[in-house]
Amino acid sequence: MNVAADNILTVRGLCKNFGALAVTQQVDLDLARGARIGLIGPNGAGKTTLVNLLTGMLSSDAGTIVIDGHHIEKAKPETRVRHGLVRTHQINTLLMETSVRDNVAIAVAERQNYAWRMLRYGPQWRACLDEAQHYLEEMRIGHAGDRRVSELPYGEQRLLEIAIGLSLKPRILLLDEPGAGIPSTEAHIIHEALESLPPDIAILLIEHDMDLVFKFAREIVVLVLGRVLTRDVPANISSNAEVRSVYLGRSVV
Amino acid sequence: MTNQQQATTQQQILAPAAMSRPFSPAMLWHLLPWVIALIFFFVGDGYHSLGTNILVMILFALSLDLALGYAGIITLGHAAFFGAGAYAAGIFAIHFNADPVLGLLAATAIAGLLGLLTGMLILHTRGETLLMLTLAIAAIFYEIANHARWLTGGDDGLSGIRVTPVFGLFRFDLWGKTAFLYALSVLFIWFIIAALVVRSPFGRSLDGIRQNTKRMRAIGTPVWWRLVAMYSLSAAMAGSAGALTAQSTRLVGLSTLELLTSGIVAVMLVLGGERRLYGAFIGAAIYVVVQDFAGSISPFIWMFVIGFLLIIIVLFFEGGLMGIIDSVVAKLKGKADASGQTGKRT
Ligand SMILES: Nc1ncnc2c1ncn2[C@@H]1O[C@H](COP(=O)(O)OP(=O)(O)OP(=O)(O)O)[C@@H](O)[C@H]1O
Ligand SMILES: [Mg+2]
Repeated sequence: MNVAADNILTVRGLCKNFGALAVTQQVDLDLARGARIGLIGPNGAGKTTLVNLLTGMLSSDAGTIVIDGHHIEKAKPETRVRHGLVRTHQINTLLMETSVRDNVAIAVAERQNYAWRMLRYGPQWRACLDEAQHYLEEMRIGHAGDRRVSELPYGEQRLLEIAIGLSLKPRILLLDEPGAGIPSTEAHIIHEALESLPPDIAILLIEHDMDLVFKFAREIVVLVLGRVLTRDVPANISSNAEVRSVYLGRSVV
Repeated sequence: MTNQQQATTQQQILAPAAMSRPFSPAMLWHLLPWVIALIFFFVGDGYHSLGTNILVMILFALSLDLALGYAGIITLGHAAFFGAGAYAAGIFAIHFNADPVLGLLAATAIAGLLGLLTGMLILHTRGETLLMLTLAIAAIFYEIANHARWLTGGDDGLSGIRVTPVFGLFRFDLWGKTAFLYALSVLFIWFIIAALVVRSPFGRSLDGIRQNTKRMRAIGTPVWWRLVAMYSLSAAMAGSAGALTAQSTRLVGLSTLELLTSGIVAVMLVLGGERRLYGAFIGAAIYVVVQDFAGSISPFIWMFVIGFLLIIIVLFFEGGLMGIIDSVVAKLKGKADASGQTGKRT
């Protein structure tokens, strides 16, 4: 494995058990600045669990997670976000009763340290709203800012997940199946959104839509039963016999 | 696929924005409760202490709205802070200083501090566990007040509270007129604070925590601290309400700490409508008035009336009485600009 000098995220020996079930086993992972890594693996391979471990939603049993020289494996989720480690969710995790723009603005306020402001906040909150609108437009849902999230079509809710992630100015963005639940006829909106992500952010894309992964990723990590099976460029992954056998019968590309 | 398009009220999103708009005639409605209160002050002879009681309960219900309504902190123990504020104000007046404003500030600070400490203890939990813990803490407060006779008077209550004139100028009169204006001023200040807080980035983050804690963790919100801060603010406000009751009635009894008191204030809030600020106003006013008038006919009638109202509200009108008003207003507006999705009940 080529450990580049400008590694931004270094994971070593990450382990997690749910009772007897070892969902994450000795996972090593390196992300360089601006990386575009695809993470694939069958259902239940432990992809979402890995994201939960990296972001601190779950605590790991063993292993180290280092961002820019800082050990964060024991840090609280909010500390990790402040180190620039941000995720999106496989299942929409949005404030359904709140407006689309406010969903993003609340995240911006958190990043800008305005979220403790109680009495004097007019200009700051307006700045958050303006910035939020900018991220909505980047994800092409700028027209929906005033609507309640619950009124938003499902596909646009997926884009809102990404817009919130971006508004936190991540250095590492973990995208957990951004296309999940989107009909294949609409998959292109996610394609386009992914293409437009800032090039300097290191991105780990989890996705079952192989078209999406193979177009987007410059390298692919295959996770099987909580273990990294292999990591390689897309061309080699699709011809890898082991990978093919994991996706038994299903052709990878 | 799951195409979630529910008919929901746009008005709920737009309402906060309406407050920050420069000026519109509709904003005059916000004067209504205060105008009513002032008219009452001039014409309500003989009912000023009832009026003060309403103001106190509005303030208490408003404090619960911050914790339960906006932040989603499930509590059935808010009387702990109301009672703590009442006893603190009473004890402060008896042993330290009879100045009402100083007493109010002291009681508010003590209740806020107690909210901070107990909040730190229990706000790691949520749901039923949290509910049980709030009950337990209120029970502990009650037992402490019950046993510390030397300080609180135990079940005889705390009496002999003196109150000097407000700012050395306005003497508390026999008819409770000064007390009414004093309580109204305190309520007004807290209302402004509450209205600012719920629209602030802080308040919005708590509304976010209520809706989806996972989302807030993912954007880096220190959820526990945020909840503790709101709980403490809410406790301070409840403490102010308790202090007002102590200073206006010159009496503090164990009933201020009772489970029933926590229950009553929750009923007021649900009746009036959570997360609407004015819900606390309507709920508390109706509750106290119905209790007073129906109660004077027969003690069972008011319970029946309140119980009946509550069931109707909970079953058919989710946003409480204020929710009904909001949806009527939205319907009228919707007719005006023909863009109206005004279905209630999300
Ligand atoms: N909180 C939990 N407690 C117990 N088992 C869990 C928990 N979360 C996940 N699992 C199990 O861990 C395994 C990995 O789950 P995970 O959600 O990480 O898979 P995944 O790779 O994201 O799958 P998918 O592609 O379906 O999203 C599964 O067998 C799942 O049932
Ligand atoms: Mg998953």
